[in-house]
Amino acid sequence: MAITTATETLNPRTWLYPTPRGLYCEPGDFYIDPAFAVPRAVITHGHGDHARPGHRKALATPETLAIMRTRFQDMPDTEQQALKYRESVRIGDVEVGFAPAGHILGSAQAVLAYKGQRIVVSGDYKRRPDPTCPPFEPVPCDVFITEATFALPVFHHPSDAGEIGKLLRSVDTFPERTHLVGVYALGKCQRVIRLLREAGYDKRIWLHGGLMSLCKLYQDHGVDLGDVAPVSEAILETFKGAIVLCPPSALADRWSRRFAEPIAAVCSGWMNVRARARQRGAELPLVISDHADWPELTQTLKDVGAPKIWVTHGREEALVHYARGLGIDAEALHLAGREDEES
Amino acid sequence: MQAFARLLDSLSFQPARNAKLRLIETYLLETPDPDRGWALAALTGGLDFPSAKPALLRGFGQEKIGEVLFALSYDYVGDLAETLALIWETDPAAGPPPTLADVVETLQRATRTQTPAILKRWLDALDSTGRWALLKLLTGALRVGVSARLAKQAVANIGSQPVDAVEEIWHGLEAPYRPLFDWLLQGAPRPSSNAGAAFLPAMLANPIDRSELDALDPAHFRAEWKWDGIRVQVAASGGLKRLYSRAGEDVSGAFPDIIEAIDFEGVFDGELLVRRDTAVAPFNDLQQRLNRKTVTPKILKEHPAHVRLYDVLWLEGEDLRGLSFDERRIRLEAWIALKERPRFDLSPLVTFADWAELAAKREEMRADGIEGLMLKRGDSAYLSGRPKGPWFKWKRDPMLADCVMMYAQRGHGKRSSFYSDFTFGCWRDSAAGGRELAPVGKAYFGFTDEELRWLDKWVRDHTTNRYGPVREVEQKLVLEIAFDGIARSTRHKSGVAMRFPRINRIRTDKPAGEADTVDNLLRLLTNSASESPLAGGMSHAHYPGVIVTEEP
Repeated sequence: MAITTATETLNPRTWLYPTPRGLYCEPGDFYIDPAFAVPRAVITHGHGDHARPGHRKALATPETLAIMRTRFQDMPDTEQQALKYRESVRIGDVEVGFAPAGHILGSAQAVLAYKGQRIVVSGDYKRRPDPTCPPFEPVPCDVFITEATFALPVFHHPSDAGEIGKLLRSVDTFPERTHLVGVYALGKCQRVIRLLREAGYDKRIWLHGGLMSLCKLYQDHGVDLGDVAPVSEAILETFKGAIVLCPPSALADRWSRRFAEPIAAVCSGWMNVRARARQRGAELPLVISDHADWPELTQTLKDVGAPKIWVTHGREEALVHYARGLGIDAEALHLAGREDEES
Repeated sequence: MQAFARLLDSLSFQPARNAKLRLIETYLLETPDPDRGWALAALTGGLDFPSAKPALLRGFGQEKIGEVLFALSYDYVGDLAETLALIWETDPAAGPPPTLADVVETLQRATRTQTPAILKRWLDALDSTGRWALLKLLTGALRVGVSARLAKQAVANIGSQPVDAVEEIWHGLEAPYRPLFDWLLQGAPRPSSNAGAAFLPAMLANPIDRSELDALDPAHFRAEWKWDGIRVQVAASGGLKRLYSRAGEDVSGAFPDIIEAIDFEGVFDGELLVRRDTAVAPFNDLQQRLNRKTVTPKILKEHPAHVRLYDVLWLEGEDLRGLSFDERRIRLEAWIALKERPRFDLSPLVTFADWAELAAKREEMRADGIEGLMLKRGDSAYLSGRPKGPWFKWKRDPMLADCVMMYAQRGHGKRSSFYSDFTFGCWRDSAAGGRELAPVGKAYFGFTDEELRWLDKWVRDHTTNRYGPVREVEQKLVLEIAFDGIARSTRHKSGVAMRFPRINRIRTDKPAGEADTVDNLLRLLTNSASESPLAGGMSHAHYPGVIVTEEP
């Protein structure tokens, strides 16, 4: 891996820049998390707005490649190259490495070094401990590309334990009802199960069928989810007092009608804002997010110490304003294909 | 404070009544005095301290994170108290968070200049939900979907008492209500309703229709017009004067004209109306008087309030509730005849020999100030609640219109997976030539569970567009909408608003092109406008149909 040496002459935008297909690294001739199929892609993590099928070559962590194979029917037509955290590989004239991002299983920051200049593409990240993946590691760099999903001072994600406590308290208060918990299938689902286990909840956790394959993948990677079973296998189960996890879209779907007076819980960083929680129909909003909140984002800018940051997907304006206040050269970087709502 | 904050937080997201009750009951059982009493006062609207001004909160926010970030944050969240609660960070050095009692007792004593410093200290010590709840308390609007009645129901439930047992003594109690909790939970004696002008739980009627009347003997019943106002109780005793809603909420503050006019001792049941000369103004006019914190002289002059009395519960120290309706009526009429009181008059009895005659009178009565008829057994004692049999309400037949479904939205609670809120429209000429649908109303009941399943499936199968939680549907399903009245509206694009719309029938047999036009609805409006100024503005029109002085 290259060593950081500040380069006055090289403008980083000449070798890494956004294109309609995604963020493009010219001297390596590859895209990072492209929105469309490309000849060569570097993938930071397995969420759908970062990992897409159809690339000719894909470089990612072994876990991310496993996730992509699960989601994209084994990806037989993609030449897959696995790269572990803290290892690096040369693509064209660029040295490419991965550092843990703390977002979900396999999530990585892409560390790119070219002509003595280092750019870190953080992908999505968070700073608080997550029992399903290694924590974010700050990598000193010349340019740090940060996400900004929750980049407003209103976003202070409370402690995970407190939010899980809210869920368990509600289960105690309404023991005759089913608690339906809306979670993203990849990452959030498995993290919430682990958090429940850490809070001492050892009963069976029921899963919507759409969550099964990724839960199995996590289990295969050594994440102990305890007693989980698909709802479809239940016989004569009333689900009274049960915790059932499902994708958020299923909460208001006909699927949910089989349960006893369900209470709709939604786990997402958006639940922090009441109007957003109401729009989602949450009766029990739980602020559990896989993205950095405002204090984590601002702390990260200080930790990586980059003189230049590019801010992408989310509320760029506030973070750019804040970074400039710290004397950092900050600007927004508009990337194609990023969805605001992923959290 | 933190426990109370968690309660408010849960309540604000919980749409179901029974679940709200459970949350409040659990809180009241788990929380010690005096906090639970102050919480009960907050939920029943019984807390009063100087409110924090929005400018103060905005100033706090800007000081904390700067103007730019605060503006971006507020713009995103859309609620000042919530924005401030979210951007503020808990300071671990600030010490333990205040209890609800600390907050209430401190604020009641604090001067306006002391408040900001106290408030900052609390914001430092509380978590974000705690800050939100504190700021909601301070800005005077909890908005968690809990009525005073519901909170009283919860407190009655924890002591296994009927809500009316709480209601009867309520106005003699003071926050934080320790004697109330001692009675409900510790077996202490029931606090007495010793204070004057206490609310007496109201007697309510059951709906009835023409076909059910034949089983009843008309000779046993008395009829009155069912006025389209608000049921109230006027209570005066020992120098105290109160006006209560039928749920026992003290609304005296909004009606100083009525309170001033009370020069008697007694408790009366009647209808609150806006009345000009001898005419009853439409319900819209009365709405101008409701939910106001301050009442301006202009409002008092232009929307004079009036109570039309139809029952007497206490009179000069005597409880009349055990007497029959006929006996109470004699006392009421005799009392009214003693003195002319411009703000009070008698609701006349409508005489009839048989149901057919009464039905004919009901048909002829077209005036807007009247919703139908009340039928009361002559021998009925005044009982609290809604006893089956003695009192009935026989509402005027609703108006009907054929409308076309335009949008559907999912419901809440049990209905959260069903498209159960429907926006419907009527035809009008479009600017481009041809015709278009203009929304005229929204309805979310009137159908059976089976019809709901059918409607839900229809919506899913005919969706053309989605806007967040709303689905736009093909404009082809005709819904027959029943409604109790129609008014001109500046808020609706079509210019009309329906009162109490509900789905009467699903008209799969009718092509959408044959549904009603907005003009048809406007004609209903002009028909009634000769009797009532629903359109607003023409505020001195009379209603020839309503003869206030019809002899009893």
